[in-house]
Amino acid sequence: MTSEITPELFSTVPDASGRFGRFGGKFVAETLMSALADLEQLYADLKDDANFQREFDLDLANYVGRPSPLYEAARLSDAIGGGRIFLKREDLNHTGAHKVNNTIGQALLARHMGKKRVIAETGAGQHGVASATVAARLGLECHVFMGEEDIRRQSLNVYRMKLLGAQVISVTSGSRTLKDAMNEAMRDWVTHIDDTFYIIGTVAGPHPYPMLVRDFQSVIGREARAQSLAQNGKLPDALVACVGGGSNAIGLFHPFLGDASVAMYGVEAGGKGLETGRHAAPLSAGSPGVLHGNRTYLMQDQDGQIIETHSVSAGLDYPGVGPEHAWLKDIGRVQYVAANDDEALDAFHRLTKIEGIMPALETAHALAYAEKLAATMTEYQHIVVNLSGRGDKDILTVAALDGIEV
Amino acid sequence: MSRLGGVFADLKSNGRKGVIPYVVAGDPTPEGTVHLLHQLVAAGADVLEVGVPFSDPMSEGPVIQKGHERALENGMTLRKVLEIVAAFRRDNQNTPVVMMGYANPIERFGYDAFASACAEAGVDGLITVDLPPEEVDQIDQALLAVSLDNIFLISPTTPESRIQTIVDRARGFIYCVAVKGVTGSGQLDTEAVAQSVALIRSKTPLPVAVGFGIKDADSARVVASSADAVVVGSALIAEMERASQTDGDIGEIQIHGAAVQLLQSIRAGVDTPLS
Repeated sequence: MTSEITPELFSTVPDASGRFGRFGGKFVAETLMSALADLEQLYADLKDDANFQREFDLDLANYVGRPSPLYEAARLSDAIGGGRIFLKREDLNHTGAHKVNNTIGQALLARHMGKKRVIAETGAGQHGVASATVAARLGLECHVFMGEEDIRRQSLNVYRMKLLGAQVISVTSGSRTLKDAMNEAMRDWVTHIDDTFYIIGTVAGPHPYPMLVRDFQSVIGREARAQSLAQNGKLPDALVACVGGGSNAIGLFHPFLGDASVAMYGVEAGGKGLETGRHAAPLSAGSPGVLHGNRTYLMQDQDGQIIETHSVSAGLDYPGVGPEHAWLKDIGRVQYVAANDDEALDAFHRLTKIEGIMPALETAHALAYAEKLAATMTEYQHIVVNLSGRGDKDILTVAALDGIEV
Repeated sequence: MSRLGGVFADLKSNGRKGVIPYVVAGDPTPEGTVHLLHQLVAAGADVLEVGVPFSDPMSEGPVIQKGHERALENGMTLRKVLEIVAAFRRDNQNTPVVMMGYANPIERFGYDAFASACAEAGVDGLITVDLPPEEVDQIDQALLAVSLDNIFLISPTTPESRIQTIVDRARGFIYCVAVKGVTGSGQLDTEAVAQSVALIRSKTPLPVAVGFGIKDADSARVVASSADAVVVGSALIAEMERASQTDGDIGEIQIHGAAVQLLQSIRAGVDTPLS
């Protein structure tokens, strides 16, 4: 990368064609191009519209319960010794994760477009629940696509979605996980393009999705920035967030990208270990390619076929990653690392026991790395970890891994 | 003139319409695909469309998805698809072959290397579903350098203003998508298709082939009354799948035979003028 990193650089992406450097774009079938153009136009009109922003902010305050607290995990920090760990409590949002910030925003867009039907893909089920929730609230028909394998391991969230009135469609093609759910959602969208709004749950997909999901999620970082200044009188020294598609990480990172003193770490799912090949860490161990409408880092074989990923957490079990992360990796602004299944499980248990906060298994990957990082820092240094979701949904998975029958 | 240009010019001067079968390379078997292609030509194909299997074929309906999955299980790769085309080309220098697939295997291969390999194998054109005009510069330059045709899709949702942009970049022929949806889906609205074809014709002299949703001789005949060619994919693959699932010892000859039979009846349908 030749371009110099200046604070202004980060407000220049994506460009008009949806590029973050060499990543991003609109790699979709012709049938979707006009729908993407319509969405782009609508968002350009509404983005800086005071009424739209007020509507969004009010929903975040009164329906989601924002701002979410920034909490100093004092006992955890003491136990590790070193840097102080602060948790941005997105788990306290309505529906239990950061996902709802984005579904509130996209549901408002759907309403402005007059669409009566929304569809969503989901892995762990958090985005599916968040989509079903906003659909229930706005009286929209909601269809959630979920891999057969994920339906099995996230049965609680499946039932939640059904209670909320959504139809959950079991996806039996390919590896039967999140990537296949996204394929199926794209197919549904092409088929019902006139009346359907596709609520993409992460900062991936074709332009303008990576941009608008980032914008909706950036409330996390804006709050964390103000809260850090208010509580500690300074910016954090480091930010840590887990990265599957990467929406909670971008949401936390983006408002800090221009602050050169703030180090950032995106933690991918290392699965059984990067060296085994059984993981879901395209930034750490993948290569660039094109999938789901954008160019980004992918898990693929030498012939360009997407390969199966492995992670204990369904929400990180995805072979791609948002194109802005791919770009941030290339320019060196964010470091991408991996935590494996066992490390995440340990971190899950530790936070639960020491702080009384049960994190989602996705989030536990961020915690696992934050603990390592804290150990290398002094007590005057601060880490903000995005506590992106709560772990209730994972109780059965954790119990099974611990050999306990619930 | 390119092989594609020559075939469409011949069809026109003879007052005939083209038939373009689509099969997935490596489905049902990698060994059988070359033979299947020759059989399809014998059954009346004017152009062959060869599907390149991909792990995530986002625009395909369930029938073609399964074809991709079977081909990948059989170890098919982009390199092997090119070998299949080259083997076909040794015994047939006249029938154009168009490859249809997705961007990622090509990205991995490398655009320039891929274009040269296509030219060497005897490929005539390329349809890449997820490379709309906005994303096509890189591959288009590579294909132009070896005089290969890049073929674009125009769908029922393409606004009129955009059609011009697409046809300006297109070579070979225009692929008009008949339905809003994935391959093999939807109810064909033949009047709407005729209108789309007329609109495209008003903007380009290139031939127009219509695909997605053509299932049998009747639908092919109606569509061919306005289009220059019809593309049949899912219906052929479904026929082969049905044949392979019938009881008894069914060999590849019978499985291919099912597709050949359907294509023959579509050929006859297209050659019979509407009364």
